[in-house]
Amino acid sequence: MRGITGFVQRWALFVLIVLIWEVVTRLSASPFFPPPSQIGPRMVDLWLSGPASRLFLTDTVYDHLLPSVGRTLLGWAIAAVIGIGLGLLLGRSTVAMRYLRVLLDFGRAIPPPLMVPFFLVTLGLGAPMQLGAIVFGAVWPVLLNSIDGARSVDATKVDTARAFRLSGPQWMGGVVLPAALPKIFAGLRLSISIALILMVVSELVASTHGLGNQLVAAGRDYDMAGMWAYIVLLGILGYAFNIALLAVEHRVLRWQPGRAHAAASR
Amino acid sequence: MLARLQSLIGLAGFFLVWEVASRTDLVPSYYVPPPSTVLPALVRMLGEESFLRAAVATVLATLIAVVIAAAIAIPAGLVLGSMPAVRRATMVIIEFLRPIPSAALIPLFVLLIGAGSDTKISLAVYGAVWPILFNTMYALDEVDPLLTDTARAFGMRRSRIMSTVSLPSAAPFALTGIRLSATIALAVVMTTELYGGGAKGLGQYVLDARNGFRMDLVLAATLVAGLIGYLLNAGFERLHRRMFAWQATGAETGAGAR
Repeated sequence: MRGITGFVQRWALFVLIVLIWEVVTRLSASPFFPPPSQIGPRMVDLWLSGPASRLFLTDTVYDHLLPSVGRTLLGWAIAAVIGIGLGLLLGRSTVAMRYLRVLLDFGRAIPPPLMVPFFLVTLGLGAPMQLGAIVFGAVWPVLLNSIDGARSVDATKVDTARAFRLSGPQWMGGVVLPAALPKIFAGLRLSISIALILMVVSELVASTHGLGNQLVAAGRDYDMAGMWAYIVLLGILGYAFNIALLAVEHRVLRWQPGRAHAAASR
Repeated sequence: MLARLQSLIGLAGFFLVWEVASRTDLVPSYYVPPPSTVLPALVRMLGEESFLRAAVATVLATLIAVVIAAAIAIPAGLVLGSMPAVRRATMVIIEFLRPIPSAALIPLFVLLIGAGSDTKISLAVYGAVWPILFNTMYALDEVDPLLTDTARAFGMRRSRIMSTVSLPSAAPFALTGIRLSATIALAVVMTTELYGGGAKGLGQYVLDARNGFRMDLVLAATLVAGLIGYLLNAGFERLHRRMFAWQATGAETGAGAR
């Protein structure tokens, strides 16, 4: 419990830092580092100056931001389904893991951005290519963590489940999945930050629209405030995704003993 | 021995599935050539000077970035981990900076520094700093209070406790951070190269191969990149086991599974 004073303290510090940032950038007057007082209005101008009928959001939000965020979440969700499903099955099979361990380690070691050219050729320019890259990158942490989690079911539970003759789905859903959940959530949080990165990367390298595309466009037009607006937005998105998942995690895992302690693990 | 054989069978099985899928045009072989063309292309590529130069450039940039990141993040992590006041004051900045993906900074850095090795190394340093910083910082939190209290009871000064108790028990965690960072740095370096902001390197090689529609080279170079990532990771793991064999609990955070 940090309480309200902690909260106020944090935000006071935050405001102070933004102020320092303002002063430093004004003093240095570098064209590449516009002060926050220019970035803020630019953000409003870019995204929040639309007509009331469209909730004050600009076309940029509808044409570029929301599709990008949607692709990130969709890709992440697909990766989560594949990763958790496959991970739980593989984690309970010692034989399969003996054959596949090295293959999985190798797959994980391929830097996901490098798959963008491959997907670009196989899936063409557009959303499928970006989804492919996002899923490829985001699947590994969930998959490997699910495998780890599924392996961690303790022997008593295994024996009890056997004694009660649990059916396959009961065993997977009632015993293995709950035991693996803490690890799975850790994987999911890593995955969403990777999904966000690959969304940007795939749009930086090749795209006709989207958040990364707009970032590049701002750079091309030497619109430094606009560029920073997108950089800050990406930071906010990453932060928000993480906070949201942490909240879900606390909810879902409340039954677990000793949760409060493990909060900081990443 | 058996384990190694089983891994090999697993790998062979993967290539077999790929070969069959490509030969039967389950996946269009024009886009995804079978391993029987990709693997020979890979071998030929390894004898090609332009490819070797690209690979060396990428690996070198990655290693330089990791060294710089460690030189920044380990001292910073030690300071933040041992001085709660400093930590409270800086955590807000850190929490603000960390979620910004390094990929988002690529266009800015390219404008700022220009396309070249400096750009990709700087970006990779930015990406690689975080795991080392956090692992070092949290490691200091986890130092057994019994050890530090004992040291204090024996009248050790703070600096002495730091160097004889805290540092040795934090070192394995820092090395784990470095291992995770190496993977990140490699990915950032290649991303910068893909964007065209990193001069010569594997990423650019893949991009050129794609533009020439040489899918065999794209896939072969991607396999080599995976191999580099795998070896980097395995190398750090081996180093970890060697250096910290005395440590019973493996410092394992993040996605690393083993």
